[in-house]
Amino acid sequence: MSLALDTADAPILEVREVAVHFSGLIAIASMSFAVPEGEIVSLIGPNGAGKTTAFNVITGFLKPTGGKVLFRGTDLTRLSSNRIAGLGVVRTFQRTSIFAGCTVFDNVLTGMHRQGKAETWGALLRLASVRAETERMRAEVAEILAFVGLSHRADELAGNLAYGEQRLLGIAIALGADPKLLLLDEPAAGLNPSETEAFMGVVQRIRDRGVTILLVEHDMRMVMTISDRVVVLNHGRIIAEGPPEVIRANPDVIQAYLGQGVKHAKG
Amino acid sequence: MTTRLLPWLFVLFMAVGPLWLGDQYILYVLTSTGIFIIGAMSLNLLLGYTGQLSLGHIAFFGIGAYTSALLSLGFDLDLGGAEPFVLGPQPVWVAFLGGILVAGLFGFLIGKLAFRVRGAYFVIVTISFAQVMRMVALNWVDLTEGPMALNNIPPLSVWLPWDGVIPLYKKEYNYLLVLAVAVVCFLVIQRLVQSRVGRALVALRENESLARSVGIDVTRYLVVATVIAAGMAGAAGGLYTHYIRIVDPDVFMFIYTVTMVIMVVTGGKGTLAGPIVGGLAFGILPEVLREVARPEVQWIIYGVAMIVVVFFLPQGIVPAVKNWFAGRRKRLAGTALGLRKETSA
Repeated sequence: MSLALDTADAPILEVREVAVHFSGLIAIASMSFAVPEGEIVSLIGPNGAGKTTAFNVITGFLKPTGGKVLFRGTDLTRLSSNRIAGLGVVRTFQRTSIFAGCTVFDNVLTGMHRQGKAETWGALLRLASVRAETERMRAEVAEILAFVGLSHRADELAGNLAYGEQRLLGIAIALGADPKLLLLDEPAAGLNPSETEAFMGVVQRIRDRGVTILLVEHDMRMVMTISDRVVVLNHGRIIAEGPPEVIRANPDVIQAYLGQGVKHAKG
Repeated sequence: MTTRLLPWLFVLFMAVGPLWLGDQYILYVLTSTGIFIIGAMSLNLLLGYTGQLSLGHIAFFGIGAYTSALLSLGFDLDLGGAEPFVLGPQPVWVAFLGGILVAGLFGFLIGKLAFRVRGAYFVIVTISFAQVMRMVALNWVDLTEGPMALNNIPPLSVWLPWDGVIPLYKKEYNYLLVLAVAVVCFLVIQRLVQSRVGRALVALRENESLARSVGIDVTRYLVVATVIAAGMAGAAGGLYTHYIRIVDPDVFMFIYTVTMVIMVVTGGKGTLAGPIVGGLAFGILPEVLREVARPEVQWIIYGVAMIVVVFFLPQGIVPAVKNWFAGRRKRLAGTALGLRKETSA
């Protein structure tokens, strides 16, 4: 098994027969899929299909009833969420999630937490190494803010940003955590078409930096445009998997999304 | 440059001003207010920065006070064995440090507990903790003398080049000592909150899920903050016990926690200067009122002043003043810009 993982095309993330039951309610029956390194993989499906639940399992916010989540061969299901983030699996949230009372700059600086080493004693004694580390991190924050296009808002309180800017800031915070695998939970929700357009550019540029992306998104145009591979989930099961053009033509997928509409059209 | 110098000028003023006045009563008021300000600063680290309301904060203060008193007096402890455990009187500074350590140890336990219970439950747990401590102090008469109080606690001592080691009976020395400890506590908190550790604490206050999602070990930093806050409150308790030189179970009274909360909230929680400003205002106000109003009117004025501050400056005095200055600067910059536009036009 470990031999297979060492090969070049080994997936960065492997979800293996993961099941989630909430006291009798089956959120995910049995889910298996893999995310190849360096790709943008989208997880789509109707509301309640179990997409966010899958995200919560992968990032340790929820313990699965069964199954495994392997990140580069390490089982994540036993680890706490902060440990998982420490390995480089970082998520954003469906609802806007920022540190509203801090400046935009400090938001990203806080996101960079795991890149720092300064601990209590170092901070209290203001060691030279701690000061150097802070300088280095501040420079990187400026770079990340420029990358997502929020440099001009650096000193603003995050809570005062416009909605679209807050979504971008959410991504910037996650980037601060230096992800190997970035999980984006409906990043374009509530954005207008031009903002979505800009957002797609940002996501692609993140992929071009070598970050693998797992995306949950309802905006089909975005999913079909930027994904390298699409996984379709319905009622807690995977019903299709493949490149966007294949998914678009899959009858099961059309059934899941437009089921009633097709029936009406026929009748 | 001026913003860096300003705090030190304030410290210098606080060190020289009251001594120059030389009024024993003013010194007494400032010393006891200063002790409470140290407690309020430590509470602010929890309430203001991690967002956890500990309504039993006085417990750490009391634990520091009792531990320091007992260590400096010596005690014997009958644990049911053949021989009671006997500890002779320890040097006052050893006792003082012991008080900080034991308070910090209890802070560690409460911090661990805070991970399991948050919000309203944490508030209740901390209130109960302080009440239990009061009951222990009241009923463990063999150790604490209960309501008879521990008496004749030695004052802290200091080595002066011209006098050698002298016990600090004089109010002037006690005042300066409290000021010095307050400055040390302020610097510790300042360095902490402006560091990676402090950002982790604020992240916990602002958005715990997001904090965990970027790899912040929330529990760990909460425990670090609680230990430091408890240790500081313990230091304040130690200063109190060696200054007043008598300690009874009433140090654990809920009203003292409330006093510290008032100082933090009116001054501005989550700001470095907040507990100092709020502490000076609401620590000195009762003493000023005592001079000018009848007893029953004093507390009415005190209460009204508090409500006015909270109602009109919900963020506290320090953020309000900061915003006012920022707004003024903006307006000035705006008019300057307007003038430039006019001249260029």
